[in-house]
Order: sequence, then C-alpha cells, then structure tokens
Amino acid sequence: MGRVSDLPQIGVLALQGDVREHVAMLERAGARAVPVRRPRELADLDGIILPGGESTTMYKLARTFDMFEPLREAIRNGLPAYGTCAGMIMLADQIEGGVPGQETIGGLDVVVRRNAFGRQVDSFEADLDVEDLAVPFHALFIRAPWVEKVGQEVEVVARIASGEAVGRIVAVRQANLLATSFHPEITGDHRMHALFVGMVQSRLDAADGSPAKRK
Amino acid sequence: MTDTQNQIRTGTQNDAGATVSPTKGTSGVKRGMAEMLKGGVIMDVVNAEQAKIAEDAGAVAVMALERVPADIRAQGGVSRMSDPDMIDGIIEAVSIPVMAKARIGHFAEAQVLQSLGVDYIDESEVLTPADYAHHIDKWMFTVPFVCGATNLGEALRRITEGAAMIRSKGEAGTGDVSNAVTHMRTIRAEIRRLEGLPKDELYVAAKELQAPYELVREVAEAGKLPVVLFTAGGIATPADAAMMMQLGAEGVFVGSGIFKAGNPAQRAEAIVKATTFFDDPDVVAKVSRGLGEAMVGINVDDIPQPHRLAERGW
Repeated sequence: MGRVSDLPQIGVLALQGDVREHVAMLERAGARAVPVRRPRELADLDGIILPGGESTTMYKLARTFDMFEPLREAIRNGLPAYGTCAGMIMLADQIEGGVPGQETIGGLDVVVRRNAFGRQVDSFEADLDVEDLAVPFHALFIRAPWVEKVGQEVEVVARIASGEAVGRIVAVRQANLLATSFHPEITGDHRMHALFVGMVQSRLDAADGSPAKRK
Repeated sequence: MTDTQNQIRTGTQNDAGATVSPTKGTSGVKRGMAEMLKGGVIMDVVNAEQAKIAEDAGAVAVMALERVPADIRAQGGVSRMSDPDMIDGIIEAVSIPVMAKARIGHFAEAQVLQSLGVDYIDESEVLTPADYAHHIDKWMFTVPFVCGATNLGEALRRITEGAAMIRSKGEAGTGDVSNAVTHMRTIRAEIRRLEGLPKDELYVAAKELQAPYELVREVAEAGKLPVVLFTAGGIATPADAAMMMQLGAEGVFVGSGIFKAGNPAQRAEAIVKATTFFDDPDVVAKVSRGLGEAMVGINVDDIPQPHRLAERGW
C-alpha cells in the first residue's frame, strides 16, 4: 500500500460496526484513516481503532479471516490502539458476560463487563469529565460495557458523574492503548480522536527522533 | 458536505461546561444503536436453539418471531406479535441484541415488547397490519424502531414518526431477491436525485415525496438517510447479501433464508462473511461452496397481489 502523506496513518478495523464514522473523525483529527480487513493491511499503520459494533461478531470474523493473531501481535509490539465500546471489550485482557469461547486481543490490564449498563432501553447520553479535556464530553452509551477492575499501570480517564451507575469507569489509558465505553465517533465531537492521534504522533516522534515530522 | 452531517444529532446539547444527567431513549442512542449493527446480519429465529446458532454464526442481532415469513405465507391467517414466553426464552439464550416484530399500527403490542426488554422493535408488514391508516407513534417509546420502506417518501414518513432505522422492503418469505433490489435501487436513486436538485426545488420535491421539507433538505445535503438503511426480504444466499451491500445497504436482515435452508449454521456463517467481504468476489465464492439446498423459492410474480407483503404500509 505504501505511504501517501506525512499524516499519521490510522487503520479502522472494518469487519463490522460503525467504521465510516471513525474514518470521518480521524480525518477531522488530523490523521489519514484507512479501513482494514486483512492482515497485510496492518503493515503500514501507525495506529488502529477498534470500532463500536457487536464484539462477538467482530471476534468471530477476526478469527475466521486470520486477523486475530496479527492484531494481537501488532498491539503487543506497541501499535497504538483505541477501542470504543465493542473495541474496548476487544482490548481488555479479561471480560465478563462474554459468550463461551469469546477471546479478546487484550493489552489493557482491565476486566471489562459486557452490556454492563443493561439492554438498549437502558442506553443513555451523559456529560463526562474526561482527563485532559477542558470541557466535559457529551457521551453516548449504547448497550455499553464498563471497566470493572483496573491494573496498576492503567490510568482512569473518565467515570460516570451521576445517576445509578455513578463512579463507574468508562474510559481508560495504558501506554499506547486507549479505550472508552462510549462512542465519540457518532457525536460530532472529535476531541477523543484528537487525544488518540496525539498518542500516535508522539510515538512516531519518539521513534524517529524528529519531533518536527509533522508540526 | 460539512463534517457534522455524518454525525447523529444528540438529544441534549453539548453546552460548554453544563453537566447533563443521564438521559435514556434519545434519538442519539436509538439511531446510534443501529449504527453499531452496520456491516452485520440480523437473523429471524423462532426459538432459543436457533438464536444460539445465529449468535455462533456471527449475527449482530436476532429477530424473535413465532413463524418465519415463509411459514406465515404457507399457513395464512392473522399473524401477530410473538408469545412473551418465547421472546423471553430468546433474550435469555443470547447476549447479542434481540429484536421483535409488532403489527403495523399496533402500539399496545409495541408497549408489551418494550416492557419485555427487547432491544429494537420492527413495525413489520410481515405481520397482519392492525391499523390501515396510522403507523405507531414511535417517539412515545424508549425502545428504538426499525420500519420497512419501498421508496424514499415512505422511509422519510417512517423517520418522521420516529423510526431510528430503515430497512428496504423485499418480498419476505420468498427467497426471491428481486423486490429487495427494486426497493433499494429506488431509495438510492431518489436520494441521488435530491442531491442534484437546486435548493429552491426541494420544496416541491418534499411535496411530491409526501415528507417534511426539513428531512428532505437533510437528505439532499448529506446524500444519505439520517438513519441507517438495511435491506430485507428474499435474501437467501451469500451472493444475495453481497449484491444488496454493493447496492448500498448498510447491513442485511435474513428471514426464512437461513432456517428454511438445508444447513442453517453453515449458511448463516457464509452470509455473515459475504456481508463483511461483499466487495471481494473471491471470498463470496469461497463461502458459497457446499452450502447444500437453499430455501425453496417462490417467484414474486406468482404471488397474487393481495398476498404481497411489501405492499402493506404506505
């Protein structure tokens, strides 16, 4: 495929889910976005997004089309990744409430509970205080998971501020990995994507020792 | 096209600094739920065992109903919402979203389905309509609705009533994909036509479509419906799914096509794979091999007009 610009090149796993919305947000956040479905398409990426969707379907397709192990290896080797909702489940080292045999790519030292807030009638919108963001983020939670437990290396980035689930962890970061229970890609606010693009860019800068690669 | 047109409008505004407490049942979470189903296959199931097969095959959701359309067609009679026990059984059996059908206009069936905790209601022409004038006022519900449409005007009228997802109608229970193709092509062509119209002609376009001007303008600007568009009706093979995706469907409903076929588990999996790799004929070819008997089809042309389901709804 090769590089066509100096912008960081970020893949969006395109097996199922809201891929197009992530692509649009990445572009607004100053990255080049490419949908990826095949192992060879991982080669030129500086980062990857695991989108919202159905985690059981994504797991199944990733296994069948030989994406699962290459993704796991790439992330283990430091490829920055951001998972939203189903993507958060995929990045968790451990899940609760999965289907029998459902594996995760892992990398985040967390336990994530699938469908933790309940069924679709319990899906909700709420404002969140997010670390590193000056203004609260208006977040959409759709049959969303939450983070049940975090390991020592994991930084909690946001918690539910009010209501029945107050205090629940809904955004986390660990080294090159970012995960949110909610879906910034469908809200028109690209600040979470900008945070991730920033993580990708600083890794690139560190790697080639030239902070001026792009701005 | 501006950046924000791709995005869903949320129910509560993102006012700087204002903290809004959790709000359920907004347009944002209803339409957003459908966004998460994109690129996926939703399968009709009549019991817990079939629901498990669908989940194992990689379905993004299941549609719980008492009889698949092919049987409704064969057995005739009035077709209604399923027994709550049966829906409960399916909700218990799987962890993926569960949808269920209510009759067109039957808001009390929809109330029951919402109280059972289904994740989406299909106000469906496959069941016998309960009201020949009015559809359900879908804004009154916390649970989101999907509705069928044969053309853009019908889709926009359903969205006006609160539908958070549209599926193009096909002729359900036939295994004949031709109506699904016609309706998807019609909707897409009407959207393209709107995109090409000068702004001052959108008023008359709205009148002709019998849809609100605001929605018509939104579609003209975005080049797409403001909600997710799936296809349904008559899809029986991986190639059927691949064709509908290439024609612009964002995902696929499969009804009788799976569990009326010879080897449901394998066919279900094949249709899931063909939906993801719809633009890669090598994959579609590979998954199409050795699937055994497809459902026995009925040509839509052989169905007398009064028995055509796609023509229910307006």
